[in-house]
Amino acid sequence: MRRIAHRGWPQRRLLDVASLLTTPLAPDDFLGLVNPLWSNRQLAGRVVDVRQETSDSATIVIRPGAGWRGHRAGQHVTLGIAVDGVRHQRSYSLTSPPRGVDGHISIAVKAVRDGLVSTHLVRRTAPGSIVFLGQAAGGFVLPEPPPERLLFVTAGSGVTPVMGMLRTLARSGALHDAVLVHVDRQPSSVMFAGELRRHAGRRTLRLHEHHTAQDGRPSAAEILQRVPDWTERETWACGPSALLDDLQTRFDEAGVAARLRVERFHPAVAPGAHDAEGGTVTFTRSGVTVDVDGTTTLLAAGEAAGALLPSGCRAGICRTCVGSLRAGLVRDVRTGQVSGGAGDVIQTCVSVAAGAVAIDL
Amino acid sequence: MPTHPASPLERLTDDDLDAIARELDAIGDAVRADLGEPDAAYIRRVIALQRALEASARILLFVTRSRSAAVGGAALLTTAKILDNLAIGHNVMHGQWDWMRDPQIHSTTWEWDAPSTAASWKHSHNYQHHTYTNIVGKDRDLGYSAIRVHPDQPWHPVYLLQPLYGIALALIFEWAIAIYDMELDAVRDGRKTASQAKSELRAFARKAARQLAKDYVLFPAVSGRRARRTLLANLSANVLRSAWTHTIVFMGHLPEEAETFPEQQLEGESRGGWYVRQLLGSCNLDGRRPFHLMTGHLSFQIEHHLFPDVACHRYPEIAPRVRAVCERYDLPYASGPLGRQYRSVAKKILRYALP
Repeated sequence: MRRIAHRGWPQRRLLDVASLLTTPLAPDDFLGLVNPLWSNRQLAGRVVDVRQETSDSATIVIRPGAGWRGHRAGQHVTLGIAVDGVRHQRSYSLTSPPRGVDGHISIAVKAVRDGLVSTHLVRRTAPGSIVFLGQAAGGFVLPEPPPERLLFVTAGSGVTPVMGMLRTLARSGALHDAVLVHVDRQPSSVMFAGELRRHAGRRTLRLHEHHTAQDGRPSAAEILQRVPDWTERETWACGPSALLDDLQTRFDEAGVAARLRVERFHPAVAPGAHDAEGGTVTFTRSGVTVDVDGTTTLLAAGEAAGALLPSGCRAGICRTCVGSLRAGLVRDVRTGQVSGGAGDVIQTCVSVAAGAVAIDL
Repeated sequence: MPTHPASPLERLTDDDLDAIARELDAIGDAVRADLGEPDAAYIRRVIALQRALEASARILLFVTRSRSAAVGGAALLTTAKILDNLAIGHNVMHGQWDWMRDPQIHSTTWEWDAPSTAASWKHSHNYQHHTYTNIVGKDRDLGYSAIRVHPDQPWHPVYLLQPLYGIALALIFEWAIAIYDMELDAVRDGRKTASQAKSELRAFARKAARQLAKDYVLFPAVSGRRARRTLLANLSANVLRSAWTHTIVFMGHLPEEAETFPEQQLEGESRGGWYVRQLLGSCNLDGRRPFHLMTGHLSFQIEHHLFPDVACHRYPEIAPRVRAVCERYDLPYASGPLGRQYRSVAKKILRYALP
């Protein structure tokens, strides 16, 4: 079925005609039942391999279904997976070169403590599992052709997008003058350690490992000290915000700010771990922004501010008032439970803001 | 003037109602908290079954010659359409599976194989019917404008014909509710703007055209020489689905045990009051598992009205707990086999055809 996996216009036209026979469903809704990877409407992937990287991280190799439009080294992908029947979405950096072997892509995941999705992916995902995918996104990428002299600064799982870049460079024989300064807890917690050290052994990569368990957290100055010619290198950095801010300051001071590109990881906030009450709520479609307390429902607050919002029973029964969150967390007044995140659909009549919220209404 | 039996609502104190609300809230919360992978698997299985049945029916009608195979195809198609309507569409659009956060099985994205658009149906059903259940004049599901089922409705000679047009209504039920749900009369008395009505009408026309084209033009056309047979099979599947849905809808709120309420009931109604009104206005149907599946678990109409957004296949397991609450507060819990409820509704329709 490779042909279906790369649908051109005749196939698409055929599906358009077929949709007249399957209305109100799409032909995809039937194809997807036979093989989830055939569905175009819901991009899916099948896990083909799970490789342990360290004791708490793993590389997950995925065969993406029809409609995967490819990626560039350094980009990330939104991955959806059901845990206890509930779909969760997270973004992970792609670690495979574009157009990898067999058309497979891979991500590397570090199991975060209390991380529902990362733990599930690392410990309980087996080959054959189906995951849902968004398209590759993000501007943290290598230009084409890649610069001659490169510097990568990474910390923890910040090495994952850089691994994708290094593999891409290595495959095209363009890896010869790259430096990687990697910060991690200890030697055993370094992801891709074997592969990185092999590159270093072959002198295609200069590798500096910094282990915080022994040497503490390094400042940007300490990191750059290891790379005397850093001002002449194109630099990609990925890791905790404090480190990236520190690096940005150093590059600014040296007048080479344009040489630094950073990728920030936004740690997902675990539901329930958030105790903010109220916040600024933005109704993006109505163009209304309002400050609310922790007891006024989003519906009441929005209406009071003049937004034209759909609503019905105001008791959480009829689901007329639902809207898709752009950002933020909300508390359900009936259960007290905090939930949310971009893309989550909530009922405004029984939800109050738990911090700043943007909703597509 | 016929006398009304005293409603338990007149006997229960505010404290009783609060206690009932607490008990029922606890039942609903316990199920919601327990939802997980097996429940997600249930709805996926029903959806897969429905699509498999529909595909098999279409293929059977397309490839076979014999008359009995055609009847079989029509039967499969009827079953598929009933599942789409009751077991999946109705419940998904109630938000029963929104907790899964699967964008493909979500109340905001689901569209069903019926002429009414999801948006207009969700307003008239989820909002109007489930908020104003059995309130005479507010709950449009009772069909108070077309059929007289209550002594408080003023009699008109046209009701003499209601046993006849009642049957006709059952056969075209899906179209009747599609048009009825748009509430076009609301434009006349100013409850709805003309432009809103126009956009709803346009959406309905678009959907209806696709529905009609599929069953009565395209599938017959691709059947070639067997076009007439395919058309008849599609027509009978739609009519039977309409009649079945109509039956289940009428059995849920119209048997003689079901109570109706005046608009005053809504004034200052507490959560407990709302719960009790749902309880008193709904009737369950007895049956086995396949029967419950084919009614979309609306055979558990009482549980559905108490917890409209709780996954429907959990209703059988919470029914005994709801029944126990009813017993504690001496509330009726109406339930009966389909045949008996049918006779009860028929009696009402015949009785109130007369002044």
